[in-house]
Amino acid sequence: MEMAFPRGTRNGNRVAAPFAFVGREVLRLFGDLGAITIFFFLACIRIFRSKQLPEIVNQVFAIGAGSSLIVMLVALFTGMVLGLQLFYTLVKFGAVGALGSAVGLSLVRELGPVLTAITITARAGSAMAAEIGTLRISEQVDALYTMRVDPIRYLISPRVASAIISFPLLTAFFDLVGMAGGYLTGVLLLGTPGGTYWYRVQSSLDMTDVKGGFVKSLVFAAIVSSICCFQGYFCHMRKDGFGAKAVGLATISAVVLSCVMILIADYVVTSFLM
Amino acid sequence: METPLIEFRNVTKRLGNKTVLDRVNLEIYENRITTIIGKSGSGKSVLLKHVIGLLEPDEGSILFRGKPVGDMTKREWEDYRSRIAYLFQNNALLDSMTVFDNVAFPLRQTTNLGKREIERKVSERIEELELSDAAYEYPAELSGGMQKRVALARALVIDPTIVLFDEPTTGQDPIRKNMILSMIVHYRKKYGFTAVLISHDIPDVFFISDRIIMLWEGSVGFEGTYDEAGKRKLPLVDEFLRSLEGFEDELTGLLSREAFRMHYRAMLGASAVLTGSAALFSVEFERLQEALGPQAAVEIVRALGEYANRHFNSVGGFSTRHRRDEILTILPHTRPHEAKELVAGFAEELKDEALARIKSITGPKEGGEACFEIHVRAGVTEVSPTDDIDQIIAKAHARLEIVATHRCDAGGAVQ
Repeated sequence: MEMAFPRGTRNGNRVAAPFAFVGREVLRLFGDLGAITIFFFLACIRIFRSKQLPEIVNQVFAIGAGSSLIVMLVALFTGMVLGLQLFYTLVKFGAVGALGSAVGLSLVRELGPVLTAITITARAGSAMAAEIGTLRISEQVDALYTMRVDPIRYLISPRVASAIISFPLLTAFFDLVGMAGGYLTGVLLLGTPGGTYWYRVQSSLDMTDVKGGFVKSLVFAAIVSSICCFQGYFCHMRKDGFGAKAVGLATISAVVLSCVMILIADYVVTSFLM
Repeated sequence: METPLIEFRNVTKRLGNKTVLDRVNLEIYENRITTIIGKSGSGKSVLLKHVIGLLEPDEGSILFRGKPVGDMTKREWEDYRSRIAYLFQNNALLDSMTVFDNVAFPLRQTTNLGKREIERKVSERIEELELSDAAYEYPAELSGGMQKRVALARALVIDPTIVLFDEPTTGQDPIRKNMILSMIVHYRKKYGFTAVLISHDIPDVFFISDRIIMLWEGSVGFEGTYDEAGKRKLPLVDEFLRSLEGFEDELTGLLSREAFRMHYRAMLGASAVLTGSAALFSVEFERLQEALGPQAAVEIVRALGEYANRHFNSVGGFSTRHRRDEILTILPHTRPHEAKELVAGFAEELKDEALARIKSITGPKEGGEACFEIHVRAGVTEVSPTDDIDQIIAKAHARLEIVATHRCDAGGAVQ
């Protein structure tokens, strides 16, 4: 026989539990996003303090120059796949001449900024979270404080600055190499006229597209650097793991959250730009 | 009355639901070594982190030279913090930097000194802490003791007035522990800073401490000197110290102070009229350390203890380390002239075996133009049933004379 449970007892909790869980998680997510935003602004303010330049240069080298090869490799194959896919799609409509436009626009507007950001997240964002997390659990962050060195100034600001410098540059590289990839398959392999390909690229792209792509890359730079640094910096406060495990979990959270936020932000920025 | 350098007034700190510090009142005085002891989780590190500002009290206040740090202006707060250095338990060296860069780091980041001036200061500290050969190595390539020295060099490069040591000897072997403690004493004297230590290395840490503060369940259970702790017989202090001290001195293998007292009381109780003697052995630790380095000095104390144990245990004697470099041996049923013969035999054995063996450690420092002598002094006295241990020590002290000397054979002039 079905027992009647008053509200708030076992059966009542069972019904409410999923909603409570979702509510808690949403609140936590908004709380974290607020904290990450404050963290980002604190880091930005400290970019212009003294003795920052050498560290920013180091980080540009680590994040930017260090990621350039993998970004170009991803770009090359993305462009080649685009060339291949779009050629066979466009050929059905007798519009092979539009290959350059399709490759150029999709790279500059969408794929360039998004895939560059995801590639850098995988390569440098995870490293940021793991490195800062390791410094945190080995008390090196506290040691900085005891030496009167502001940890946000020394650890976070250079990374944020270098991400803001590196993301648009690497996005530009991505776009160029991607178009070259499209040329390799579309023109050299499948026989689309080369002149037409480059003419279409040039004629269909205007500065608004390029600017839009760069705005996206700047937004992604802010998102990736602040999320990855935040996750590493506060890994000691995680409730789901301590020590090395906390660093591992922080790295996972950094990469997953960055990728999700890149895609959400891409939609939001695109809707504003359109 | 002396104003404390740092004072805790009713400091309370809660971490989550747990009250870690509960209305703590304590004073830390200038130019002294203050040691904080207490059970694990009693709030020792939390207390130390309050001093440097890594944590802030929930209630109460911390005063620096009588002024609450909470009321300081930003400039005063920065000035206060610039006087404090903190040595972490795990050293917290920046592991992606070389030893040189680690030591130079605080100067590069917080001062406007030129490159040459920084290099000069860093090289000076590295040389003083005997790290020159490791200057361009990474922390992971160094031994635990060397890493500790690097951390100390980094702390001292800013010329602090207060150095906080969070369990500086944890995880080290007895020799290394004593070397680190000797190093702290040596550099405290040299640079004149105030040292605050968290350590459980009893008795060694007590030998070097001017004041001891014991935290007990979030509050101060005892505050005073080592001798005061022994005399007051506070049950909780006694219980805790006994649990830390055990029955044996880790370095020498001799009886712990408490075990020695128990033996002595048992001996007095066993014979109505006691015939016995006591011998006090001493080496000049500071002089040895100055001339031969901390390792040799610690090895000599250890050898003295080991040989005393071996030599006198066989005739029913028992010994303890009374100071860092003094060993007290009680020889029951032994008249003073017999005790002197025993001590002479011991001295011969010590000279021929232990001190000669020490040469392998001291060798590199002994040779050349300068020559160095290691003296072992002993004082023998009669023990009467009414004597307490302090009286025995005082009597033996008055009779100290050189019983064994080791002289380097480099042929140079004695220092």
